[in-house]
Amino acid sequence: MFERKGIIVFVAWRELRFARGRFLLIGAVVALITLLVGFLSGLTGGLAAQNISSVLQLPGDRLVLQQPENSDPSFATSSLDEDTVQTWEQADGVESVIPIGIVQSRASAGDTEDPTGVALYGLPQDAPATGSNPLFELTPDSDTEVGLSSGAADDLGVEVGDTISITDNDFTVAAIGEDLWYSHTPVIVMNPDAWSEASTRVGGTGEATVLAVTGDADWEAVGSDTVTVAETPLTSLTALEAFQSEIGSLGLMIVMLFGISALVVGAFFTVWTMQRAGDIAVLKALGATTGSLVRDSLGQAFIVLAAGIGVGLVAVVGLGTLAGQALPFVVSPLTTLAPAVVMAVLGLAGAAFALRSVTKADPLTALGSNR
Amino acid sequence: MIELQNVTLTFPDGDNRITAVDDVTLRGDNGTVTGITGPSGSGKSSILAVAATLIRPDSGGVLIGNESDLIDAAQLSKREATELRRERIGIVFQQSNLLPALTGREQLQVMGRLGGGTNRNRRGRIDSRVEELLDAVGLTEHADKRPHQLSGGQRQRVAIARGLVHEPEVLLVDEPTSALDQERGAEIMQLIARLTHERDTATVLVTHDLVHRDALDNLVTVIDGRITTPVSGHALTH
Repeated sequence: MFERKGIIVFVAWRELRFARGRFLLIGAVVALITLLVGFLSGLTGGLAAQNISSVLQLPGDRLVLQQPENSDPSFATSSLDEDTVQTWEQADGVESVIPIGIVQSRASAGDTEDPTGVALYGLPQDAPATGSNPLFELTPDSDTEVGLSSGAADDLGVEVGDTISITDNDFTVAAIGEDLWYSHTPVIVMNPDAWSEASTRVGGTGEATVLAVTGDADWEAVGSDTVTVAETPLTSLTALEAFQSEIGSLGLMIVMLFGISALVVGAFFTVWTMQRAGDIAVLKALGATTGSLVRDSLGQAFIVLAAGIGVGLVAVVGLGTLAGQALPFVVSPLTTLAPAVVMAVLGLAGAAFALRSVTKADPLTALGSNR
Repeated sequence: MIELQNVTLTFPDGDNRITAVDDVTLRGDNGTVTGITGPSGSGKSSILAVAATLIRPDSGGVLIGNESDLIDAAQLSKREATELRRERIGIVFQQSNLLPALTGREQLQVMGRLGGGTNRNRRGRIDSRVEELLDAVGLTEHADKRPHQLSGGQRQRVAIARGLVHEPEVLLVDEPTSALDQERGAEIMQLIARLTHERDTATVLVTHDLVHRDALDNLVTVIDGRITTPVSGHALTH
């Protein structure tokens, strides 16, 4: 397979075998960086899911939050009164408005004294166009029932038909659905009235937190009139403080690791290429084209990167699957293959820095006794 | 055949230029070894570099080939010069310059894998000649050894085989005995002479060591970039 590529195999492959100690070292470094990036990506994905998986299920073209006077909109503090809801409902171009309540509280089950932190969602049962939505599927029929995400059911140790206690009121578990989270707490869905009461008991206003609006309205004008802001579902995620700070710092770490990876690979291949500058000059003097030598160098870097990243990737998937049982960790193409591809591209870019030594090598230096 | 015609080569030296090769005319015929000797810094290696197309002269021509297929290497672009070296010129360096990662056999095989649209036929042709060349230089037994496992003489033998494996018309050899004792040096010179005669190659050899002059068919002396002494044969002065 390598023979077809001419010099690539011939020199690069044999150099890999000859200097295997050095290449094993850089391969191991690449594998470890891949492991680190993969782990951070998986953890970031897991933490993100624990933060926003329920928010991502909210329907509508825009999510409307209260616009505070001196700070950014926040899910934690947003409160939209009935007038605001009506103004949005009556605004031109708006097709539907679903008022949604979100508040964090505690729940307990049976004899257990230890409460579990939960996120209470208040959802209307007749919400339009939410048929197969895993969040809205949990909406109970009555004020005395709740729908639990699987995480909440696991934490509380309850099944359908069991009773749980939220803010000293008892509720029957009517349904258990998908694993949905809001700001690191598992989701429990309530009827709007029950939610409103629970919200007031934990210090809230009992009014809707966010409006899921469908349509094509003049978002800024209506927002300005009602002192609200209409964000797209994705941009609204920045109104979740925990999500913003976690993703910001973890994302920065991942970006820095990508940079470190490119630098390490680039530095290694720069030193390596400088060491073999004499050999490159000899090959050029013998008639090797610069293109073939460039392909040779990049091919060598690619083999090292592919092997290192491959080993790192296997370790990420293996260890990540184990870690997923104890940590919020997501093993998916986005947290494994995507970082691996970025690593490979940046690694090759780093190795490409070393190519100057190849293109500039003067075959004339192969003559004489200065080698 | 290789013929340098009125070749002049200068290098920048501060605000001026110094003349390394001064109007040199020199011919090496097929089947002969033409020696170039002279003191250090006389310009003999510069002549070899011009002949090898590694540096383009300020003026003059470097004709390579036979009457029907003559090419002036001094007029070639860098890319064309690289192709000429790959196809029609063999070079043996002073320090053998073998690649440390390659075995003796692979040092020869690499000549068929130098890029530039190298086709399978050429690669196959070179591969088929590897064993013959290793045998010709007496290294069949050591073909699987890397350079650090070979003696200085054996390394130079591999380098000579590498210089000939693609059947070049011209073989350029730079101080082949400088790192060898007298006995090994004589063996290498005899080997170069024998292979030159057997393969009808036009060999130009730079040496400072006249102990081995018996192996040469012609010998010229270079001083200050000019050929001063044609000893025999076709070697010419301007």
